[in-house]
Amino acid sequence: MTKLNAKIPAGPLAAKWTEYKTHQKLVNPANKRKLDVIVVGTGLAGAAAAASFGEMGFKVKVFCIQDSPRRAHSIAAQGGINAAKNYPNDGDSIYRLFYDTIKGGDYRAREANVYRLAEVSNNIIDQCVAQGVPFAREYSGYLDNRSFGGAQVSRTFYARGQTGQQLLLGAYGALSKEIGRGHVELFHRHEMLDLVLIDGRARGIVARNVVTGELERFAAHAVVLATGGYGNVYFLSTNAMNSNGSAAWRAYKRGAFFANPAFVQIHPTCIPVHGDYQSKLTLMSESLRNDGRIWVPKNKEDAEKIRKGQLKPTQIAESDRDYYLERRYPAFGNLVPRDVASRAAKERCDAGFGVGNTGLAVYLDFAESIERLGRSVIEARYGNLFQMYEKIVDENPYETPMMIYPAVHYTMGGLWVDYELQTTIPGLFAAGEANFSDHGANRLGASALMQGLADGYFVLPYTIQNYLADQISVPRFKTDTPEFAEAERNVRNQIDKLLSVKGKQSVDTFHRRLGQIMWDNVGMGRNEAGLRQAITRIQELRAEFWKDVKVAGSATGVNQELEKALRLIDYLELGELMARDALLRNESCGGHFREEFQTEEGEALRDDANYKYVAAWEYQGESEPVKHIEKLDYEFIEVKTRNYKS
Amino acid sequence: MKLTLKIWRQENAKAKGRFETYKLDHISPDCSFLEMLDILNEQLVNDPIQLPVDTIAFDHDCREGICGMCSLYINGRPHGPEQGTTVCQLHMRRFNDGDTITIEPWRAGPFPVIKDLMVDRHAFDKIIQAGGFTSVSTGGVPDANAIPVRKEDADLAMDAAACIGCGACVASCKNASAMLFVAAKVSQLALLPQGKVEARERVHAMVAKMDELGFGNCTNTYACEAECPKNISVENIARMNREYFSASLTKAERKQSSGGVG
Repeated sequence: MTKLNAKIPAGPLAAKWTEYKTHQKLVNPANKRKLDVIVVGTGLAGAAAAASFGEMGFKVKVFCIQDSPRRAHSIAAQGGINAAKNYPNDGDSIYRLFYDTIKGGDYRAREANVYRLAEVSNNIIDQCVAQGVPFAREYSGYLDNRSFGGAQVSRTFYARGQTGQQLLLGAYGALSKEIGRGHVELFHRHEMLDLVLIDGRARGIVARNVVTGELERFAAHAVVLATGGYGNVYFLSTNAMNSNGSAAWRAYKRGAFFANPAFVQIHPTCIPVHGDYQSKLTLMSESLRNDGRIWVPKNKEDAEKIRKGQLKPTQIAESDRDYYLERRYPAFGNLVPRDVASRAAKERCDAGFGVGNTGLAVYLDFAESIERLGRSVIEARYGNLFQMYEKIVDENPYETPMMIYPAVHYTMGGLWVDYELQTTIPGLFAAGEANFSDHGANRLGASALMQGLADGYFVLPYTIQNYLADQISVPRFKTDTPEFAEAERNVRNQIDKLLSVKGKQSVDTFHRRLGQIMWDNVGMGRNEAGLRQAITRIQELRAEFWKDVKVAGSATGVNQELEKALRLIDYLELGELMARDALLRNESCGGHFREEFQTEEGEALRDDANYKYVAAWEYQGESEPVKHIEKLDYEFIEVKTRNYKS
Repeated sequence: MKLTLKIWRQENAKAKGRFETYKLDHISPDCSFLEMLDILNEQLVNDPIQLPVDTIAFDHDCREGICGMCSLYINGRPHGPEQGTTVCQLHMRRFNDGDTITIEPWRAGPFPVIKDLMVDRHAFDKIIQAGGFTSVSTGGVPDANAIPVRKEDADLAMDAAACIGCGACVASCKNASAMLFVAAKVSQLALLPQGKVEARERVHAMVAKMDELGFGNCTNTYACEAECPKNISVENIARMNREYFSASLTKAERKQSSGGVG
């Protein structure tokens, strides 16, 4: 078994990153110009990394699937970004942000990585302000903060309900600056479809130009994947329609280990599913839990009447409402972490207390806050979210409580990376949601933006140099090598095969069916029988797909059906690995809730003796993948059962 | 709902386009406009007679009104009939049973059609690359609270920064002017102390690039503001004009730097 070496620097926790930076190798300016770096993805991690590499003097090629780097899905993050600034003087510190993140992740993340994340969090805010990100401010002119789940301090910086948008536009500005100066070359409407290895190192990619349909080859000394998560394996998720797991999955098939694929975040506050034509789910920011109270009726009869439309939520007396999060978790109340809040909603709905016409919804009620603070304050804080809700649901949340239900939102799992964010393939790095490193089994709110920008601005610019320092004598690569030809052929064959099936069922039909299997069996509650069944059913579905899929159009020119089909090929394999990983983790932790492993009160029951590790999967072709283990040693904090009650 | 759709079909940038008519039935009023198009595309794929099938290409991504990817001209209006809404947030309940709906791509010279309803808006990226940023490199910046910013200015900057770069302003303008888009970025950065430093060079560079790319002039019809899905105000254009004229007086120009630290 390969020994996974996380390459964590020695020394005290708080000194590790400084220690690393002090001793890492550097590349001098003249040599930087001779080194090429490919960055795939232009979300927070990718745009920040590409911009920073360009500033440093490397020659960068950056790829995005949309028409502009500014469309990457980071743009949709609403609530905010965490940092340990302690501006409100409420007791925050780097250590506390680190501790909350480890605890929030249910002790399944690496101490050293998370500490570094907390350490650079403050630099991110400084950087973004300097870029002109219009964060919310107080009348004093200084920055405002709010609270998010899993924390007892106010450490979240925000720009209305559009923080992701503003941070991404900041990074996009920095990237555009470097494109304008000629340090970075942009390839928009390009989708990476294979990774090219030469002598065991990542040396390039094959990408499909989605306008012409042509396959194009690109070479570099190092490749960074910042391609986001794989939540769309569920078909319905809060991810954008084009977000996909293909770049990471194809890297996995070239030898990069895939870590903790089962760790998926189901976000508690999303707009409930409303019809079978639905294409995606919409998130309502967690920040709403600052001022909204979550409840269902105390009596089943009331819930039934509401479902039938005979009773309105505003008609339920205060004493007949069950504020179940405040009841179960008095210390954190409505601000418990996402996994806890999601499970609690599912528990109430499964028990028959759900509302909405499907019974799969709970209320998020602002009546009390509006009374306490006034409508204008609530409008200033969440106006755009309320407006978004009203457009979709056609109900006014200022007057009637919002309805929410959990939905797939984020994947903590991803490509295994070491402390340097390097995968098991030398020269291949993974950043942001595409890697697995910082969130353990559950990500805290406002931490995705933090991690994406930390990786892109403040981690990779150092660690990639340490790698590239050994590459200065390696000349630029040509793309007419057998390795590039093989990768291109590989993709071409796949496209030809897809178009030649000429079956009867559309791509989306298969995707919906896969999504249903995943949601039912690898969703909020998982058990052995369900997971075994999921594996079999996914295998059957995959076989059926290759016999009966109907991909319209041709390989040339724009073909959105073909794009979807190529992504679905990977989901049909990835879904199985997720189920396999979940099946072999005989414990409940964070977002991974195995029904067999719970306390009498229904809380997650971790098994630290046997599962305090990262599962990293190695592709084995047609054979079953091999699971490698990276044990997690907690040197600096005591591993405890998560407690949000007292 | 029963619908008749007249949709612009065009194979590629060079091909001649035409309207095609499609019929749809059993559309739920709660369905979003793009989901309605998904259903139509599914219908085209599943239709055993229509061979070879080619689905209707349209740009879309986040489907929650923030990425700016969707770009449809519906019944003569960018993003359709609802004020302050992107197409992806438009729902079929805004239409009537039996309606005929005309769907076209953005029509503007600098945004050539790629296929069907999909256009190339790369010109917007080029304008930003000309100067829509603060020239700060990663690291070496002061503490975020070192420079206080008046709340009023921060809020106005945020109003301008809410632009999603969809191009509806250009598509709605008879001159295909990009003034609102450029003005939003210029204003956002000029309102903040961090962006003020190079405000003059920025406005010059961005306006020059906008002209070079073939966007038209602004003749103050305010169609852009009326059709902007994010309600970006034309006050930004006034602010940009002030910036531009004061910059012209001092002849500020951005000089190309020699290439980073390398």
